[in-house]
Amino acid sequence: MRASRVLLRPVGFAGFGLLAVVLFVAVFGPVLWGDRAAVVETGNLLDGPSAEHWIGTDNLGRDLFSRVLVAARLSIVLALAATAISMVLGIVLGAAPMLVGRRLGRLITAGVNVLVAFPGVLLVLFFAVIFGVGARGAALAVGLAGAPAFARLCHTLVAAVSERDYIAAARIAGVSKIRVLVRHVLPNIAEPLIVNATMAAGGVLLTFAGLSFLGLGVQAPDYDWGKLMQDGLNGIYVHPLAALGPGIAVVLAGLAFNLTGEAFAAAFGIGETSGRVRREAPATADREHAVAAPEPGAVLSVGDLRVTIPGAQNPIRAVRGVTFAVRDGEAVGVVGESGSGKSLTALAVARLIEQPIRVEADHLVFAGEDLMAGGDPESLRKRLGTSLAVVFQDPMTSFNPAHRVGPQLAEVSRFHQGLSRRAAFARAVDRLRAVKIREPERRARQYPFEFSGGMRQRAMIGMGLMGTPRLIIADEPTTALDVTVQRQVLELLAEVRRDTGAALLLISHDVSVVTDVCDRVLVMYAGRIVEELPAADLRTLARHPYTRALVAAVPDMETDLTRPLAVIPGLPVDPAHIPDGCAFAARCPLADDRCRAVEPPLLSSPAGDRVACHKAGQPLPADTVEVTA
Amino acid sequence: MSVLSFRDVSVRYGSHTVLKGVSLDVAEGQTVGLVGESGSGKSTMARAAVGLAPVTSGQILLNGHPVPGRGRERPVQMVFQDPYSSLDPRMTVGESIAEAMRDRLGKKARQAEIARLLALVHLDASRAGDLPSRLSGGQRQRVALARALAARPEVILADEITSALDVSVQGAVLNLVRDMRRDLGLSMLFISHNLAVVRYVADHVAVLYAGEIVEYGPTAQVLGAPRHEYTRTLIDAIPGPGRSAHTMTLKEQT
Repeated sequence: MRASRVLLRPVGFAGFGLLAVVLFVAVFGPVLWGDRAAVVETGNLLDGPSAEHWIGTDNLGRDLFSRVLVAARLSIVLALAATAISMVLGIVLGAAPMLVGRRLGRLITAGVNVLVAFPGVLLVLFFAVIFGVGARGAALAVGLAGAPAFARLCHTLVAAVSERDYIAAARIAGVSKIRVLVRHVLPNIAEPLIVNATMAAGGVLLTFAGLSFLGLGVQAPDYDWGKLMQDGLNGIYVHPLAALGPGIAVVLAGLAFNLTGEAFAAAFGIGETSGRVRREAPATADREHAVAAPEPGAVLSVGDLRVTIPGAQNPIRAVRGVTFAVRDGEAVGVVGESGSGKSLTALAVARLIEQPIRVEADHLVFAGEDLMAGGDPESLRKRLGTSLAVVFQDPMTSFNPAHRVGPQLAEVSRFHQGLSRRAAFARAVDRLRAVKIREPERRARQYPFEFSGGMRQRAMIGMGLMGTPRLIIADEPTTALDVTVQRQVLELLAEVRRDTGAALLLISHDVSVVTDVCDRVLVMYAGRIVEELPAADLRTLARHPYTRALVAAVPDMETDLTRPLAVIPGLPVDPAHIPDGCAFAARCPLADDRCRAVEPPLLSSPAGDRVACHKAGQPLPADTVEVTA
Repeated sequence: MSVLSFRDVSVRYGSHTVLKGVSLDVAEGQTVGLVGESGSGKSTMARAAVGLAPVTSGQILLNGHPVPGRGRERPVQMVFQDPYSSLDPRMTVGESIAEAMRDRLGKKARQAEIARLLALVHLDASRAGDLPSRLSGGQRQRVALARALAARPEVILADEITSALDVSVQGAVLNLVRDMRRDLGLSMLFISHNLAVVRYVADHVAVLYAGEIVEYGPTAQVLGAPRHEYTRTLIDAIPGPGRSAHTMTLKEQT
């Protein structure tokens, strides 16, 4: 699958095609054209291009085109040999710090770093002089000169892989260092190394041509492309092709290596998400439901929200028609497991989802304004900037690490409220005080890394308070924090809501947190809301089998210690392959054929609760413990 | 009799002291929970016991002798937090497990042993040929446990093994941990920041704060009637039912 992915790109296709031609010539060139290249025609010395000799002849009347083709083998072999030397030496030097003691390892690393600092050409010339002229000397010189760069790369890669837990596990199991290196480290760094070697081979080819051109490389009667160029140089003004011909060969071969490497890099590397993305027309036509009107009096009203992530094969329908409302001052929780679409729902509401992910909704009304209606994006951003606050999970990445905290908060007021720099900064300090950060004047002048995780989350909430938020969207705001700090952050959120009357949309995987903080809970599974009910009823009155299982599966401080924990069999649904019928049917002890065929609609009860289940409220079988997580 | 004992163990990195003279015993067949906030030194304790962190002073003993750090005999095994980093992505489940085995076995015997270990963690023997990428997080943690069991350990150190898992999957792994103790009589040091989880699996709890153990005792006693100020803070901070006095501060008082 990977191979086809490499080949299907234009770069890969061109690279591999070119490489195949170059290698073919290198392998069969001397056999096919060797005789012709050696024929001395004393009548045609230093001829220009003709029908018989496409790029002319040399000073013995030998056909230059044949000689270029024949020279391919030596040129390529030398380049590959030198690359191999660089690579082997580089791997040895790069992996050595892992094997030898800490002190010796540090010495090796330092030595490599010093060598990397030398210009490559200088090293090549230095080694070429030491090893003497000739093909072997040149190969050693180029190989050695390339080793430090490989060693550095290899060292970095080894260091990254060594951090992984499976390396530690192997060590703990008594696997020797050498075996760890061979079995675990090298296979996992092979891809980037090979990619780099392929690209380096192109460069080495050029270096060789340069060395031979300077007379330090291949010596007569042998010849490579560099030597041919040197020979052709004398007549460059008379017969330019004699020198340019081998030059073009170098360029083509170099390109072949580089493009191939490039294609590998793209296939193995971070470019994973790209590939051909099929764009589809918005699939709204087939929806037959009645368009729900925005709920009056709600600060946020979402109607049939859909979020679609375009994929290589199928678009992933991460959120599949979510309708809910948050009333003024209300705290609504959204619980669900990873892949349930809860975070994407939050991001979509905050209009923080960008192309190519597609967001559609019948309506998305925030503070009386439909965010889906379009209109002036600038003014929209301004209003959202002051009336909507967002707190993310990872306090490490939600601030720009290169800027001080105070100015980052102040930015909000400067751009959205037009305050001066000084006034905005004063407000930032005031807001940091409001979120109970001690010594706010000093803290405002610090960088995010000087804040603890809990303090960063408070500062993030403080940033939301730069305006007067009517809604705070908090996406797993305490997941990365310790319990004690989580408590403080949740208390702060509660206090902020008391003071400002802001509503809260809290996304969490933690049922306990949501029941503590929220008035109402939405339970999401596979991109849909499967149940909505008051938070107080979550543990006792939930009617959807998934909600009930979710609550039972999490141990709390009152869990019965004599019984095994309830377990939800099976795995969460893969959002790329959502089955027909109820998405939970495969894991549900109550599911029957109807559940597997017909997706249950989300129906409201008279009390305003909602549940999407054909079997809502039916008793669960007594013991459904099964362990296939 | 205690199997694993930490005797006055300190770990220092440069001028930064992570563990300050910690003493703790894990008795035979016992699960000791270790709780504390991030940075308190929980993981460092486990890592020191298997030689992944340098012990500055003090001793870590297994049955009265230093924990062996060389050779194939490795009676202390560890399971890590991140299920996505704890298995080599290029080795099949069977290869990963076989690597930790103490004895070199013939092919037949090895297959049988892998199947036995997979059965212990409630996985099908046919999983042995799968690469980790085909497994879910919970399944990976089971394989990691099976790998630890392959070394026939006397003690297993479990470092936050469920905190990266989805809640529906966490329960199955916790049940497994309890089964393993019941059926195999394993001793275990169970590290977690989640008190409810520790309460469920551990007989004894040690509370670590800033590199020192501030409270230790039977789980019911420590969590039911905490004596140290920090333990109380920790317990008060837990969200969930039965703590309505605190819940009121989080909800709008209407």
